[in-house]
Amino acid sequence: MNIRNDFPITPELVASHGLKPDEYQRILDLIEREPTFTELGIFSAMWNEHCSYKSSKKWLRTLPTKGPRIIQGPGENAGVVDIGDGDCVVFKMESHNHPSYIEPYQGAATGVGGILRDVFTMGARPVAAMNALRFGEPDHPKTRHLVAGVVAGIGGYGNSFGVPTVGGEVNFDARYNGNCLVNAFAAGIAKTDAIFYSKAEGVGLPVVYLGAKTGRDGVGGATMASAEFDEKIEEKRPTVQVGDPFTEKCLLEACLELMASGAVIAIQDMGAAGLTCSAVEMGAKGDLGIELDLDKVPVREERMTAYEMMLSESQERMLMVLRPEKEAEAEAIFRKWGLDFAIVGRTTDDLRFRVLHQGKEVANLPIKDLGDQAPEYDRPWVEPKAPAPLADDDVPEADTADALLALLASPDLSSRHWVWEQYDTLIQGNSLQIPGGDAGVVRVDGHPAKALAFSSDVTPRYCEADPFEGGKQAVAECWRNLTATGAEPLAVTDNLNFGNPERPEIMGQFVKAIQGIGDACRALDFPIVSGNVSLYNETNGQAILPTPTIGGVGLIDDWSHMARIRFAAEGETILILGAPKSLGSHLGQSVYMREIHGRTDGPPPPVDLVHERKIGDYVRGLIRKGVATAVHDCSDGGLAVALAEMAMASGIGAKIDLPAGEDVTRALFGEDQGRYVVTVALDPDSDECKALLEEQEKLGIPASIIGRTGGRELKLGQARAISIEDMKAAHEGWFPGYMGAEIG
Amino acid sequence: MKSAVVLLPGLNRDRDMIAALTKISGKPPLTVWQTDTEIPDVDLIVIPGGFSYGDYLRCGAIAARMPVMRAVAEKAARGTLVMGVCNGFQILLEAGLLPGALMRNASLKFVCREVKLEVANANTAFTRGYSPNQIIRCPVAHHDGNYFADAETLARLEGEGQVVFRYAEGTNPNGSINDIAGIVSEGGNVLGLMPHPENLIESAHGGTDGRALFEGLVGKAA
Repeated sequence: MNIRNDFPITPELVASHGLKPDEYQRILDLIEREPTFTELGIFSAMWNEHCSYKSSKKWLRTLPTKGPRIIQGPGENAGVVDIGDGDCVVFKMESHNHPSYIEPYQGAATGVGGILRDVFTMGARPVAAMNALRFGEPDHPKTRHLVAGVVAGIGGYGNSFGVPTVGGEVNFDARYNGNCLVNAFAAGIAKTDAIFYSKAEGVGLPVVYLGAKTGRDGVGGATMASAEFDEKIEEKRPTVQVGDPFTEKCLLEACLELMASGAVIAIQDMGAAGLTCSAVEMGAKGDLGIELDLDKVPVREERMTAYEMMLSESQERMLMVLRPEKEAEAEAIFRKWGLDFAIVGRTTDDLRFRVLHQGKEVANLPIKDLGDQAPEYDRPWVEPKAPAPLADDDVPEADTADALLALLASPDLSSRHWVWEQYDTLIQGNSLQIPGGDAGVVRVDGHPAKALAFSSDVTPRYCEADPFEGGKQAVAECWRNLTATGAEPLAVTDNLNFGNPERPEIMGQFVKAIQGIGDACRALDFPIVSGNVSLYNETNGQAILPTPTIGGVGLIDDWSHMARIRFAAEGETILILGAPKSLGSHLGQSVYMREIHGRTDGPPPPVDLVHERKIGDYVRGLIRKGVATAVHDCSDGGLAVALAEMAMASGIGAKIDLPAGEDVTRALFGEDQGRYVVTVALDPDSDECKALLEEQEKLGIPASIIGRTGGRELKLGQARAISIEDMKAAHEGWFPGYMGAEIG
Repeated sequence: MKSAVVLLPGLNRDRDMIAALTKISGKPPLTVWQTDTEIPDVDLIVIPGGFSYGDYLRCGAIAARMPVMRAVAEKAARGTLVMGVCNGFQILLEAGLLPGALMRNASLKFVCREVKLEVANANTAFTRGYSPNQIIRCPVAHHDGNYFADAETLARLEGEGQVVFRYAEGTNPNGSINDIAGIVSEGGNVLGLMPHPENLIESAHGGTDGRALFEGLVGKAA
């Protein structure tokens, strides 16, 4: 039977596809006739915000994307960076925010699946994953359910697929009550001479469909992800896809085997907008047309329409252009792994995207225009208002020990043990540092000394107060976290989560954050090689905090000289590098002010990028020379929290002397940027230690000896000493208590 | 020592296991595929961890019915050493090569952490590298490691020294009865264990407590 493709195209139908009247007019002008129903679906898939970047493109172009190690920047499935010895690291971060709010387990699971596919589509075997998660306030009735579902979904997919999760973030804020954020990162390692791209080459070659069958799940997902939410959100559940990590694992092995056989000319995974997006991308990039015969597409449901097949977001599917002479060999590999293999079309020389179904042509569109002619907007934006600084004498007091314990037990700073114990952090046997430190570290398989470091960072409250400084800070903190392990930061993937760009104040946040990110990436030689933009994170007009997540990758030449946050031994000298004489000063937007005094006013700490680079390069040198025995950057919660984390990680205490005449609160809880706590196995009175301080003075590196490691408690100046057990109880207790589990 | 690793779709610690066997025995193991009906003559057959066939039925249930498992059973019956780790343990139980069952963790959550193990029987081919009652560190990573057996089976396992590894020092991560982490068959040649000794064999892993298991095997069959 024939399935209808001749629904009348009414303004309501156009609007329900997320297309504005002027965008529809553009379609009419482009094809000079009314589109068919299937064609309308194809346009909506290609022209929605998620796929077309129509609001963000103008600004994304301003970001630095080049560098001596960069093999592939944005525009492919993932970025590619040279790590020497013929190897490269392939990585990307992508959001799955909207689906995860609607159906947390499957939304998060398929987010992980999608990003892994992006990485192995390029020919890389995934070696590390991270997840940056933001949830609503803990007391919100939906938060617990979302945390449980998202964490289980990430674990359920990643653990079964077999990639170690080595880092990530979890934050809570009321501004995410109606929109949680799930930003999934994956990295893989490939040979630089065996990277695979999506650009098709050659006319009349078979277009091959591989992997899982096509079902009705996820139809219209990308369009859903390009709209705001309202109270009818539950109705969107059918737009969320269902993940199958087993099939993905088989797909990984089959793809890598196929790539090694030399059969693959071009490959593109089917992610957002499935068959439509992948086919158009392969053709348009290669200046070729594509003809698809939907009767050949493996389906798992009966009577699917052309519209549904073209918009399905069923997971674990790939599209390839293969060398015809290798077809049989390719098919055998896929059959061995129990996966579907079907020739569903061919490349043509007419630059048309033609779709046939049941003997009829249901779409015939100009393939280049589907991507190139997508609308692009220069959306109006307003400069965000800078918050007034706190007055000089505005330093609300609190008992230091009580404040520290409260911070350690706060939702944002408490231990994430409960979360990452549900992730396999050890699989593949290469994990050198698992979550809980500054960055996750994974050694390069087969290399005696090399390792990669991974960190994901952003401080949304800083971005809210000042998007420009917040953007800078996100990049700087990521760079600093990588540096703190001894890694040379290589490149970045950015996952830009914002509200509705049609509102000038939201667009203003976006523009300023991009400018800040760009400035920091340039100053730190930390180019952006891949990324994703997620807009319309709003519910009933309430936008999320601006959250430009930065995922960074660094290279460690020799992991035997790698730093960790835990104190290495008793009796070592503790220094702070990069800090002012007062050790700390900036309280605006600090966790201390928010958690202890309920205040969220003031500007975020400014980032001096020249200072940042100078201090970081110096600290990295200390680690690589084997001088630094433990390193931790100061970030949320300032120096006090950094020291507490070092003590808790090691079980070794410390006694800290604070500089006389300086304000204790600012010194301990200020969130000044560009500071590192470093320990050295030197006596402070020794000649070596004096020589080290002289060297630092000569280089203009601000440095102070602030104390020594030892004992089983942390003593901060004149404050009451706190035992490591008490700190740990506070730190480890919050999450399991909140989630209703036992501490285990 | 000649060894073979069983490969099934969905297993994912096969590479870890192959790396450990290669590093410690000096020889890469052979691999056998799900549909193979014969296994070459080897001293040791290993079924590694993962999620065979997605564990979409009971963990290990589909794998246990694949042709290669008949070949494993035949070898085991003739005394070849067989070791199943994590999903491999689950598969051995489903195949009837070991008694008991592995249920969902008591916490109902996947758990990946380091635990302490007591070597409850150091007099097996797999544990001769350890001393009796030695406490070792070892990571676990599983969702279904909660060992259970009926009272009679349990009494027999305990009575015959078939309990080889036990979670120690209060680190039982999954609710296993009698803190059981690993058991051997009556004949002593089939071992199943939930923890991953293959992930703790070199300084990069932060410890080498898992090494003695492999070294004991290599020494035995060298």
